[in-house]
Amino acid sequence: MAQDPYKILGVPRTASQDDIKAAFRKLAKKHHPDLNPGNAAAEAKFKAASAANEMLSDPERRAAFDRGEIDAEGKPSERAFYRQYADAQEGARYQHAGADDAAFADIFADLFNRGGRAGNGGPGFGGAGSGAAGPGASARPVRGQHIQARLAVPFGLATSGGATRIILPDSRNLEVTIPAGTDDGQVLRLRGQGEAGWNGGPAGDLLIEVNVEPHAFFRREGDDIHIDLPVTVAEAVLGAKVTVPTLTGPVTLTVPRHSDHGKRLRLRGRGVPAHAGHAEGDLYVTLHLVVGKPDAALEQALVDWAARNPDDPRAHLKVVP
Amino acid sequence: MITIAAVYRSIPGLTEGELLHFIEADWVRPVRRAAEPVFSELDLARIRLILDLRATLEVEDRTVPLVLSLLDQLYATRRHLRRALGEMDDLTRNRLLALLSEQEQEGSTSF
Repeated sequence: MAQDPYKILGVPRTASQDDIKAAFRKLAKKHHPDLNPGNAAAEAKFKAASAANEMLSDPERRAAFDRGEIDAEGKPSERAFYRQYADAQEGARYQHAGADDAAFADIFADLFNRGGRAGNGGPGFGGAGSGAAGPGASARPVRGQHIQARLAVPFGLATSGGATRIILPDSRNLEVTIPAGTDDGQVLRLRGQGEAGWNGGPAGDLLIEVNVEPHAFFRREGDDIHIDLPVTVAEAVLGAKVTVPTLTGPVTLTVPRHSDHGKRLRLRGRGVPAHAGHAEGDLYVTLHLVVGKPDAALEQALVDWAARNPDDPRAHLKVVP
Repeated sequence: MITIAAVYRSIPGLTEGELLHFIEADWVRPVRRAAEPVFSELDLARIRLILDLRATLEVEDRTVPLVLSLLDQLYATRRHLRRALGEMDDLTRNRLLALLSEQEQEGSTSF
């Protein structure tokens, strides 16, 4: 506890003992960890408030702090909160009064359009054999909780693979290896990086859901990557060597003579790199014809060209010319 | 396993009358109910929680069972959901998480 205990409790330095007690109670009601089982910050706030309260409700320590003789470093009494145990299977011993494990399905029964009880050993819920520990088994090792997290990953990194860092709510900063070919929504599992286990059980895992950020011009379809490539009229008609960006750097692509708008060219092996049972994908380049700014000479040339080429490209649409 | 003497040692301020009252009221269920009851860390943490509820959180004695019942249901839901999540494949789990987080966001704007 490094912060001023008065600030933590939100009371003036002149606060009475009753004010301090009331301020602590107000914070405790909000942040008690056992009433906020999913909230990691609640425990820190509650501990800080407890430590502040411990100091300020002791007149001698409070006076010493006020005189500047001791600083705010006071250890809150270490304790294990109920939620640490209640989340483990042993917590089932305190199933809500009188209810057996199977009765729990009643809470969800209507959600699944299932009337009545699931019954002992019924599918899905309840079977006591699936892990509810009896009193005799209460000291057995229990694996720690998994921690769920999300991580936004740039398109290139997700596709080609590489390392990045993630900062967890508990302020750990971990390096994460993103495998090549990671898909949007894929979950990476870092074993043993979840919450600590109980009774000597192993730690849980860290489950990171990857959100792949869209790329400005690449799109991914399976193991292939697609790009729309603008070409000029001259490049399409006369053919050209053009530069195409790929994930591994620019390459030269030959646009064949007389290429049409929408023509698709393939750069073999320039897609998603080979990964876990997948061969490397390809890069598909779709030509987009860009007219740009025609000049008088091009106009004149096209007038002549149109006269010699009366074919209707819309004939298949049965449009009246 | 923790003896009743060890419980009193770990929780200063807990009186014999209080602990017997907690057990009598079924708020605390020792691992073994016998002449010499035996407790686990879970029971110890629950006793501390009940003391917090009564002293710090100003829950009155007659309201404690209500609060405990709601908490027990909350933790039971967490255990069952966690077990179910553990059985799911990643795709199903992600879909569920995505749906739940969407609803949370909608919920928080409407409050």
